Amino acid sequence: MKLADTLKFASGSLRGSPTRTLLMILAMSIGVAAVVILTALGEGARRYVVNQFSSLGTNLVIMFPGRTETAGIGPGMLLGQVPREITLDDAEALLRSRAIKRIAPLTIGSSDVSLGARNREVVVLGSTADLLEVRQMTLGQGQFLPAGDIHDSESVCVLGAGIRKELFGVQNAVGAWVRLGDRRFRVVGVMAPQGESMGFNTDELVIIPIASAHMLFNTAGVFRVLIEAKSREAVEQAKSEAEQIMSQRHSGEKDVTVVTQDAVLATFDRILRALTLAVGGIAAISLAVAGVLIMNVMLIAVAQRVREIGLLKALGAPAAQIRKLFFAEAALLSGIGSVAGLVFGQLGIWAIAQAYPALPVTAPWWAILAAFGTALGTGILFSVWPARRAARLDPVTALARS
Amino acid sequence: MIELQNVSRFFDVGDQQVVALRDVNLNLASGEYVSIMGPSGSGKSTLLNLLGLLDRPSSGIYRLEGGNVTDLNDDQQARVRREKIGFVFQSFHLVPRLTAAMNIELPLILAGVEVAERKARVAKLLENYGLTDRADHRPDQLSGGQRQRVAIARATVMQPGVLLADEPTGNLDRSTGWEVLKLLEQLVEQNITLVIVTHDAEIGARARRQLHMLDGCIVADEKSA
Repeated sequence: MKLADTLKFASGSLRGSPTRTLLMILAMSIGVAAVVILTALGEGARRYVVNQFSSLGTNLVIMFPGRTETAGIGPGMLLGQVPREITLDDAEALLRSRAIKRIAPLTIGSSDVSLGARNREVVVLGSTADLLEVRQMTLGQGQFLPAGDIHDSESVCVLGAGIRKELFGVQNAVGAWVRLGDRRFRVVGVMAPQGESMGFNTDELVIIPIASAHMLFNTAGVFRVLIEAKSREAVEQAKSEAEQIMSQRHSGEKDVTVVTQDAVLATFDRILRALTLAVGGIAAISLAVAGVLIMNVMLIAVAQRVREIGLLKALGAPAAQIRKLFFAEAALLSGIGSVAGLVFGQLGIWAIAQAYPALPVTAPWWAILAAFGTALGTGILFSVWPARRAARLDPVTALARS
Repeated sequence: MIELQNVSRFFDVGDQQVVALRDVNLNLASGEYVSIMGPSGSGKSTLLNLLGLLDRPSSGIYRLEGGNVTDLNDDQQARVRREKIGFVFQSFHLVPRLTAAMNIELPLILAGVEVAERKARVAKLLENYGLTDRADHRPDQLSGGQRQRVAIARATVMQPGVLLADEPTGNLDRSTGWEVLKLLEQLVEQNITLVIVTHDAEIGARARRQLHMLDGCIVADEKSA
């Protein structure tokens, strides 16, 4: 018997009992759709995190005070020491490294901003002119912080788009004066609206020169230093040189932590990939259930078609041919079910994308392949027993059955 | 053509052994027209199943066209059935979801014959049996006589040397039964070996050779002119 004829015959017998066939296809497609949608969600979460990190800026290295120790409690902690602060001079010194292109020290605090009678609490970010480049932010209006000596505490500020709207409404903000704490600052620019990134809503920020922030909050330390490496290849070098420079300046002590974006990213990537696999695996259980269903239905089909099987044997179909016919039926069922499931899955993904536009949901190609393969595999695997049963039927008794 | 040597068939029913055939010896020549008659339980169906390789003898030797087919494995026997033996059943055994033409085509499909040749052979048979205008009808849209004609067409589409018919007229009214019988008898003229199992003496008497069975033995072997 030719393959095309086998498939034709099998599809004919599937069409012979349409309700059963449709139900089987439905069960299979739900399984496949579950795998596709769940892995797409996992993959979407992974991409979301990756995108968030990329939005920090490229070739980024982050330095912060203190050493994250993994070897228990250090002597400093017992003596109640706090890690030595990173000063502005320390931050500036980093630029001596040839691997480092730009730096942006950050200090963060909260304060009241007021314009006339309008007043609200805001997060104030102290930084330098290079922050715009390092964090790859976009300016909406006016100018960013002036470039110049890092120690200059000029009374200028850049408002986030949200803050500007709340304080000024439709009025022009650039050139106006606002009060932050007990100092007055001139608005030199407004950020373009850019939404949230890594927990910072830039729309709700007020950015001032770092020296001014130190005066405002009465501190001297730097919360973070964002370091931009010259190139992607220079990231590791920038990291080690930053550590070197800091330890030289802090009398040989390694009391800062420098992390690269890639290292953090890789960790998240691994965690979320594992999560996606786990979720996909759970969804695959539904495929196994669909497989058992297929077996069940095939057994019923064998019982219902005993006479037909007997006839095929009488007409000279060898046992292998009978098995092939039932395999073909199972393969068709699970094949059509898989395709339907992929379509359902893509529809589901589309619906999720409509509901949560921020989440980049797409089913990874390996998940689609795996779902398809598992569906076909279980379908055929679970039809082995019914097919063998059909092939072993005794033609005399099968034909005699009424 | 067909040669049975000391063929016996036992069935185990519980603790007891039931003898369905006992030391049957039989020679059928090519183109012979034989009827097997006897009361139910006399072993005629068992004999027909053995001749059709649907069942295996418990002992004895079966030669078909000179070759010993007793010891062939299942797949080899299936091949012999496909190529050398045609079956006509009392209840037709047509596949309900297939059209008349497709039912006739079935043995050719199983044998892997090319599509073009399949269509040609099916069309010719449909014409021979006056079924051309019924080609696309499913069995439930056909009369009993038409169904049995489709079944005969299916049994002969592989041009077998032997045609085994088990009560071919059993489910048909008298006149339709005669028509079907005439069709089968025409095949004998084309040198096919026809074996008909029946308990209708009138039908059995039409065969040139009549075997009477009782308790698993052939008790009479008569030839009429």
